[in-house]
Amino acid sequence: MSEIGSEVLVIGGGAAGMSAALPASARAKVTVVDDNPLLGGQIWRAELGKIRSPEAKLLIESLEAGKITVINNAHVFGPDSYGRLLAESPDGTIQLKYEKLVLATGARERFLPFPGWTLPNILGAGGLQAMVKGGLSIENKRVVVAGTGPLLFAVADYLKAKGAIVVCIAEQAPAATIRRFALGLWRYPTKITQGTAMRIRLRDVPYLTNSWITGCIKSSGSSNAITATISRRGKTVSLDCDYVACGFHLVPSTELASVLGCRIEKGVVVVNEYQQTSVANIYCAGEPTGIGGIEASLVEGKIAGLSATGQTDAAREHFAERDKTRRFGKALNSAFALRAELKRLAGPDTIICRCEDVEYGRLTEFPSSREAKLQTRCGMGPCQGRICGAATEFLFGWEPGTVRPPIFPVKMENL
Amino acid sequence: MSFDVAIVGGGLVGAACAASLSERGQKVVVIESTGIASGTTAAGMGHIVVMDDSEAQFALTRYSQMLWDRLSPELPKLAEFENCGTIWVASDDEEMDEVRRKSAFYAERGISCEILDECSLRAAEPNLRQGLAGGLLVEGDSVVYQLFATRFLIEKAKRNGAELIVGKKALEIGANAVTLSDGTRVLCGRVVNAAGAAAAELSPGLNISKRKGHLVITERYPNFARHQLVELGYLKSAHGSATDSVAFNVQPRSTGQVLLGSSRQFGAEDGEIDHEILRRMTARAFDYMPALRDLSVVRVWTGFRPATPDNLPYIGRLPEHDNIFIAAGHEGLGITTSLGTGELIADAMLGCEPAIPIEPYSPARKVAEH
Ligand SMILES: Cc1cc2nc3c(=O)[nH]c(=O)nc-3n(C[C@H](O)[C@H](O)[C@H](O)COP(=O)(O)OP(=O)(O)OC[C@H]3O[C@@H](n4cnc5c(N)ncnc54)[C@H](O)[C@@H]3O)c2cc1C
Ligand SMILES: Cc1cc2nc3c(=O)[nH]c(=O)nc-3n(C[C@H](O)[C@H](O)[C@H](O)COP(=O)(O)OP(=O)(O)OC[C@H]3O[C@@H](n4cnc5c(N)ncnc54)[C@H](O)[C@@H]3O)c2cc1C
Repeated sequence: MSEIGSEVLVIGGGAAGMSAALPASARAKVTVVDDNPLLGGQIWRAELGKIRSPEAKLLIESLEAGKITVINNAHVFGPDSYGRLLAESPDGTIQLKYEKLVLATGARERFLPFPGWTLPNILGAGGLQAMVKGGLSIENKRVVVAGTGPLLFAVADYLKAKGAIVVCIAEQAPAATIRRFALGLWRYPTKITQGTAMRIRLRDVPYLTNSWITGCIKSSGSSNAITATISRRGKTVSLDCDYVACGFHLVPSTELASVLGCRIEKGVVVVNEYQQTSVANIYCAGEPTGIGGIEASLVEGKIAGLSATGQTDAAREHFAERDKTRRFGKALNSAFALRAELKRLAGPDTIICRCEDVEYGRLTEFPSSREAKLQTRCGMGPCQGRICGAATEFLFGWEPGTVRPPIFPVKMENL
Repeated sequence: MSFDVAIVGGGLVGAACAASLSERGQKVVVIESTGIASGTTAAGMGHIVVMDDSEAQFALTRYSQMLWDRLSPELPKLAEFENCGTIWVASDDEEMDEVRRKSAFYAERGISCEILDECSLRAAEPNLRQGLAGGLLVEGDSVVYQLFATRFLIEKAKRNGAELIVGKKALEIGANAVTLSDGTRVLCGRVVNAAGAAAAELSPGLNISKRKGHLVITERYPNFARHQLVELGYLKSAHGSATDSVAFNVQPRSTGQVLLGSSRQFGAEDGEIDHEILRRMTARAFDYMPALRDLSVVRVWTGFRPATPDNLPYIGRLPEHDNIFIAAGHEGLGITTSLGTGELIADAMLGCEPAIPIEPYSPARKVAEH
């Protein structure tokens, strides 16, 4: 077991983590830990070893030029009894000592169960994108992109650029809400530019609003082809495709904050204006404080990095910008709020917890996730409810269960 | 509304009492402050095991095991009842002597068991390391998913008319009523205190302390282990002393997961994971079963065994209180001994001849000590 000490320890090498590390390194010994082979996080994750975004390149180069220690391929799985964090790496466990901690652990997709969702080739939208980034060929494959949120656009755009035939984008939100949200974007010029460019590239892809996936079955004939049914303005439409990429917006990854005792309310880590959590020496930036997109992650990261190293005046200079990104986040989350009809997609036999094969029908009688877990094993598997937890929260209104270490599966010898 | 019996505590012990009493026609209510099977029962390992610490412990574990076997055809698949047997693993010649003693003890009392030499031990459990001396296979022991079993017993009691009050704490046990946290009084002819580690809060004469334990569960590795495996040093290290201890204890779940125990700590009040003892526990396990190192762990948790000074539970009438019965203090064996406890309580309450003598577990034995 090796030990690494830092004044400021940053967990997460995405936009938020990197932008926290940079200003902090002017004053302190900084370490960034990320579980991926390369920095960049969810959005800038390297594609076949190459970083594309110029902005990300700049950040990564500055990080590498600075006095910042970067530890890749290390999964932080929880605290030990001595106030250190433990990370599993290919070389065993690393004990991470810190004075100040910045949590920049990002978000993951929410997946909602519907009949047939466990068939092969039905994937999370971000998941399919990651597989293509990792080398899966999508050329000439028909893909239905369904769910909600701007991520659907980003994924469709990406898949199309890689040669996929995007059959349609099925967006559950009503057209009027989306129009209102889009009109509000004039306050965020970069979003408009990105959005417009994407819209132009996707002009021949049908963007169906008020539409959501209601089920999938295997098509007769060729092996993995799927027939997806979409409810569109009250009518049912059947679509043939090779892949379904689904994502119902994002859920903040708050497990690490939770095991460290930081207060969490309504699914997000509570922070003050300096991005400080309820635990005095722990800061949090980016998606865990509320889904807000890349700009929010960048500016929150900066504030967290500055505040953690006592540069509070400099931190204050970014408050206005941060507040603006927060307003954007709010508008985003309310525009893509999930409609009640989605709660009724699952049938009694639809699997909710994939790790433990627990069907919807067995869960309806329980008042809480804890009782359901103890009596049906829902959420007890390797993912520990990371996937089904966001679904059961929406479907049944259950609070997520207590998070216990390890927050990721870890080899026993590395505990 | 009035009941024949109010049972305080909806752990496995309380549930077993409810099932036994309601089966014999008693109108029962179970009062549970937090949730059915949410206390120590939620934390335990689910090993149904015959023990030979003392004659009294043997009698209760053996009797209970027979009751489990009788119940097992009724248990739904989700209760994961599996008759996997136990292998007591001996690491050296001294422990092999213990194997022979144990084997003789069991054989005399009609428990089928088999002495394994080094070779047959390895054949039975290929993931054990080479060079262990041997072991004792006790075939009748089983494993159960006790949370589901608790629920099953509660449902059974409900079919016999039992009622549940969940979410209210019992504050006081009186001669003919239990007072709840919201001020209501549940009127009843008799009370069973089955509040586990909290039983002494309601019946102050009892001597029950908390013995903390850690458990580790892995992803699925079917056939990694086939029997419950316990090191023979277990008794020496676990029950023998008042200091913290760890022992090699591995359980194959019917899901294919591997459940690893166990540690024993006195005086630890909070449920946090103690990494020092956890590492001692895993190191001990690697010593017996090196391949455990590479298994992927999904969760670690702790629980508190309700321990008594002589390692026997309190079962029976509280002295000087005709209407109050105790069913608590089952330490690390309460999953096994729950069913026997339920029957003994029903016998004592209804004046029936018990299947085994109940005196060794009398709450009077400790109360008298004070
Ligand atoms: C699947 C998916 C796809 C997305 N695609 C797009 C897109 O195409 N376009 C877009 O504008 N936005 C996209 N987003 C939104 C995007 O995540 C954010 O806008 C941006 O990446 C937020 O940056 P961040 O630093 O807050 O989080 P992230 O970029 O998610 O960075 C967090 C980093 O921390 C690491 N990490 C988390 N926990 C631990 C731990 N315990 N130990 C070690 N490392 C840890 C993560 O692996 C990750 O590398 C996507 C989000 C998701 C979930
Ligand atoms: C790590 C570990 C491993 C174990 N392994 C095994 C094993 O392999 N085999 C085995 O046989 N045993 C095992 N045990 C022991 C077993 O789990 C316990 O002995 C058994 O669960 C005790 O059950 P109980 O019903 O007495 O207590 P509990 O399950 O704690 O039930 C008591 C209930 O009473 C409730 N309560 C408390 N106070 C009040 C009140 N005032 N009002 C209302 N309700 C109240 C609580 O909420 C609780 O639900 C293990 C224990 C631990 C900790």
